[in-house]
Amino acid sequence: MIPASFDYHRPSDMDGVIALLNEHGDDARVLAGGHSLIPMMKLRMAEVPHLIDLQAVDSLRGISINGSRVTIGAMVTQHDIINHAELAKVAPIMRETSLQIADPQVRYMGTVGGNVANGDPGNDMPGLMQCLDATLHLVGPDGTREVAARDYYEAAYVTAREEDEVLTAISFDALSGGYSYEKQKRKIGDYATAAAAVTIQTSGGKVSSASIAMTNLSDVPVWSEAAANAIIGTACDADAVKAAVNAMLDDIDPTEDNRGPVAFKRHVAGIILTRAITRAWDRA
Amino acid sequence: MKDLNEDQVERSANLKGMGCSRKRVEDARFTQGKGNYVDDVKLPGMLHGDFVRSPYAHARIKSIDTSKAMALDGVIAVLTAADLAPLNLHWMPTLAGDKQMVLADGKVLFQGQEVAFVVAKDRFIAADAVELVEVDYEELPVIVNPFEALESDVVLREDIADQKEGAHGPRKHHNHIFTWEAGEEAATNDVIDNAEVVATETMYYHRTHPCPLETCGSVASMDKVNGKLTVWGTFQAPHVVRTVASLLSGIEEHNIRVISPDIGGGFGNKVGVYPGYVCSIVASIVTGKPVKWIEDRMENLMSTAFARDYWMTGKIAATKDGKITGLHCHVTADHGAFDACADPTKFPAGFMNICTGSYDIPTAYLAVDGVYTNKAPGGVSYRCSFRVTEAVYFIERMIEVLAIELNMDAAELRRINFIKKDQFPYQSALGWEYDSGDYHTAWDKALKAVDYEGLRKEQAERVEAFKRGETRSIMGIGLTFFTEIVGAGPVKNCDILGMGMFDSCEIRIHPTGSAIARLGTISQGQGHATTFAQILASEIGLPADSITIEEGDTDTAPYGLGTYGSRSTPVAGAATALAGRKIRAKAQMIAAYLLEVHDDDLEWDIDRFVVKGAPERFKTMKEIAYAAYNQAIPGVEPGLEAVSYYDPPNMTYPFGAYVCVMDIDVDTGVQTIRRFYALDDCGTRINPMIIEGQVHGGLTEALAVALGQEIAYDDMGNVKTGTLMDFFLPTAWEVPNYETDHTVTPSPHHPIGAKGVGESPHVGGVPCFSNAVNDAFRAFGNRHTHMPHDHWRIWQTANKLGLHG
Ligand SMILES: Cc1cc2nc3c(=O)[nH]c(=O)nc-3n(C[C@H](O)[C@H](O)[C@H](O)COP(=O)(O)OP(=O)(O)OC[C@H]3O[C@@H](n4cnc5c(N)ncnc54)[C@H](O)[C@@H]3O)c2cc1C
Repeated sequence: MIPASFDYHRPSDMDGVIALLNEHGDDARVLAGGHSLIPMMKLRMAEVPHLIDLQAVDSLRGISINGSRVTIGAMVTQHDIINHAELAKVAPIMRETSLQIADPQVRYMGTVGGNVANGDPGNDMPGLMQCLDATLHLVGPDGTREVAARDYYEAAYVTAREEDEVLTAISFDALSGGYSYEKQKRKIGDYATAAAAVTIQTSGGKVSSASIAMTNLSDVPVWSEAAANAIIGTACDADAVKAAVNAMLDDIDPTEDNRGPVAFKRHVAGIILTRAITRAWDRA
Repeated sequence: MKDLNEDQVERSANLKGMGCSRKRVEDARFTQGKGNYVDDVKLPGMLHGDFVRSPYAHARIKSIDTSKAMALDGVIAVLTAADLAPLNLHWMPTLAGDKQMVLADGKVLFQGQEVAFVVAKDRFIAADAVELVEVDYEELPVIVNPFEALESDVVLREDIADQKEGAHGPRKHHNHIFTWEAGEEAATNDVIDNAEVVATETMYYHRTHPCPLETCGSVASMDKVNGKLTVWGTFQAPHVVRTVASLLSGIEEHNIRVISPDIGGGFGNKVGVYPGYVCSIVASIVTGKPVKWIEDRMENLMSTAFARDYWMTGKIAATKDGKITGLHCHVTADHGAFDACADPTKFPAGFMNICTGSYDIPTAYLAVDGVYTNKAPGGVSYRCSFRVTEAVYFIERMIEVLAIELNMDAAELRRINFIKKDQFPYQSALGWEYDSGDYHTAWDKALKAVDYEGLRKEQAERVEAFKRGETRSIMGIGLTFFTEIVGAGPVKNCDILGMGMFDSCEIRIHPTGSAIARLGTISQGQGHATTFAQILASEIGLPADSITIEEGDTDTAPYGLGTYGSRSTPVAGAATALAGRKIRAKAQMIAAYLLEVHDDDLEWDIDRFVVKGAPERFKTMKEIAYAAYNQAIPGVEPGLEAVSYYDPPNMTYPFGAYVCVMDIDVDTGVQTIRRFYALDDCGTRINPMIIEGQVHGGLTEALAVALGQEIAYDDMGNVKTGTLMDFFLPTAWEVPNYETDHTVTPSPHHPIGAKGVGESPHVGGVPCFSNAVNDAFRAFGNRHTHMPHDHWRIWQTANKLGLHG
């Protein structure tokens, strides 16, 4: 558990970050909270001759809420999210999700950027970002660009982000309505056996719009449009929820690991989604 | 005992002796980060070692090329088996009569096996150099299943392929290690064949690992000038390590000093001798510099001693009304690549023959077959006396299965089979003499405390509600009544590598009335410095706060066999009390001289000798201590010291009654422990607070093992649970509230009646949690499901029983 040697850089602004990425190319990687990257380096599964620490880049911090538009800097930690009163009001699902990530020690360090950018199928934020239809803000040598979270994830650890791009922030429209982040894990500090993010808006006692995304049930987060469609126009009665679960099951593709075999994961995914929809509906 | 007067009560309280919940004296340094662990040992010029380990579970080593590693700046040496062979240290003896490769000699037999030892100027260079050692492997067929091993043509241990006789008798197959038997086979079969009811079950007690917070490590320092070797290490038995080191290296024992500094948990993991220790010693001898070796977490989990891995098949015979008449147990024991169990020499399956449990079972038979596979060696007693956890798990599951067979309440079945109070000392069918017990009283107290009948009623209602579709949650009531066998042990039948399992204490009283006592044991978190001082305080009448307890340095401490198997209090605790009594006997002579009376005219009064009938005439221990050094007393040597080596006449047999109430979500397999009640009877209670702490810790490790903690291998022999992400180590989050309780049945043969408690909660806890899971499904047709009861396995049980519709 000792990493190979590396050079450590700590630029104070984004220009410095981009310059270093340009200079070192594939040999460089940015470091945020380090709670995914450092273990990989210690296991020597990631070799990073040049580590560019983002901790001193102030522009990457901060949560801003402009009307319903929420923007969260890449270096905001999960702990920051949990303790941001205004964010908890406008987008309570951010807090509910963060509280289910890892444990307090990890949450002090783990950032939104690291969690969202990395493409680790175990991370909870990517599914949540898809559920919220968030926009990812990237900056690279050619300037800035935006990618929808629903278009960002291509395969495990493979994303739409270029090697020399950095995620600066995520933003989304906080819609009022019901929400739920439901997660089953083996213990505190564990990634999901199955998790579901659900938001529901209602009108006239029926679901008017909804969004559903699943975590750790495929090599990418799974935004299931069909599952959401199954409850739109309904009062989330048992049949509608069942239809949503069936639609979701068509979209996921879990693999067997120490958390259990595929049949178990599929079953639990259905239960977790059922609970998440029920809770979101109750809160709507 | 006489009622104490006010003055006596106060003097007694000042001593903080036995029975006092004295705060742990160790905690001041531990909670401030001032502990001194092996990795804290830093010596000038110290080098660092790291292992090249096998990625394969079974492979032939065609070549090892160390040239690139040696070329790296800062690398001092790379040791391989070829370098150790001339010293005859490429293999070493195990505690179980087998031998084990120190560094891979021609082949590797498990994933993570030590192949080469890199020594470098710092830890980072060492790790880089490990990557540069090129090993050419030829993969061989892998066997991870012991039943397959016994059928297979593949010879795992080529070094002993032709040996028909092992350390424990005949070997039936080239992958077979031993058969160990206890009891009467023919008579037991007879009882079973003619029984009214027989329940049969096979249960797998999965492989797990003690996983102490501090991993294993050592620092060896060979001083070539004075010829002295000093070794700091994570040793649960430092004296034995010194003796073994001397025998292996040829260095005379007085020239070896072994030091166990603070140890961050052992739980059996630190009893054995590991290649890392040997390599750090050899490297220090070769380089003349101190050499440190510290494992990382993954190395600890994959290569140092595992626990359990027992396949146990039981047959239990009874009359129709539930009186048990016989028990048959066969175990297939997976020992991995080498038999490195840490058991007394004559007990290759430890005290598995305590498997008749707390029950009066007239006829029994046990046979254990040890088998080699391509897994890491070990087989240590993880927070239990030798294989006692396995034994208690076995009998407590068999009782539950028999209750199902008889359609009887499992609490009642236990009650009618308990050994009765007046049967002690009780001779068990498998050869042990239980010293004392009062099982019925403890059981009744436990069942009453949890309102057992009320729980059963609630459970029955829940089953009905579940069947009506009103809930998806079912309820399990886990019961366990365990009897441990701890305190090894009588020298006549217990030894480690020939060393009798006595223990020792040496006391020096200082002139001003304080003292130091040194013991042959070594605390790993048990709080010896606190509790042994309390024993002494009560015995010699000096305050516990004025008594230093020291362990772990073989140059200063008397010889002892170390700490494991809950043996410290039963054995070293007894030595401490007896050494204290020697002090008191001499003190009485001194007091008699000072008071100008005859010895017999004095009586002991808490912290002083008092002239009988003249309470105003007395000498306190403090005064006596001073006199011992400043007065010339005719016929009495100056000074006040004593040594006691204690060979216990018998083991001690702590027991307890546990109840777990659990709710299970059948859809997700998630369980919630609603209540856990633990009644422990460890005889005389030295420090109730420490007992409670031990019970909490032991139960938490029991919860871990029962509900998820596992060393799992895939078919290729890859360890699947090599990090704490997958190897379950519970935190405060997962741990329920524990209710502790006790009865007190002193050991009749122990000087202070104490029995040992550190391991009871683990031994009793594992079956209790497991029984709760199994019991929850009993109403739906379940008999037995294997541990660990993690979410998916619980879900699978529900699924197989058709509970998912
Ligand atoms: C024990 C443990 C348990 C955990 N459990 C969970 C869990 O249950 N759920 C969960 O979601 N997460 C979990 N995590 C992950 C943790 O929550 C962090 O979110 C995660 O480590 C990523 O954030 P980080 O800041 O630590 O990123 P880092 O480790 O610093 O970086 C991760 C990767 O992202 C890249 N990166 C970081 N920031 C940026 C950026 N701004 N732009 C581009 N690339 C970037 C890095 O180069 C690196 O490749 C767990 C971690 C641990 C150690």
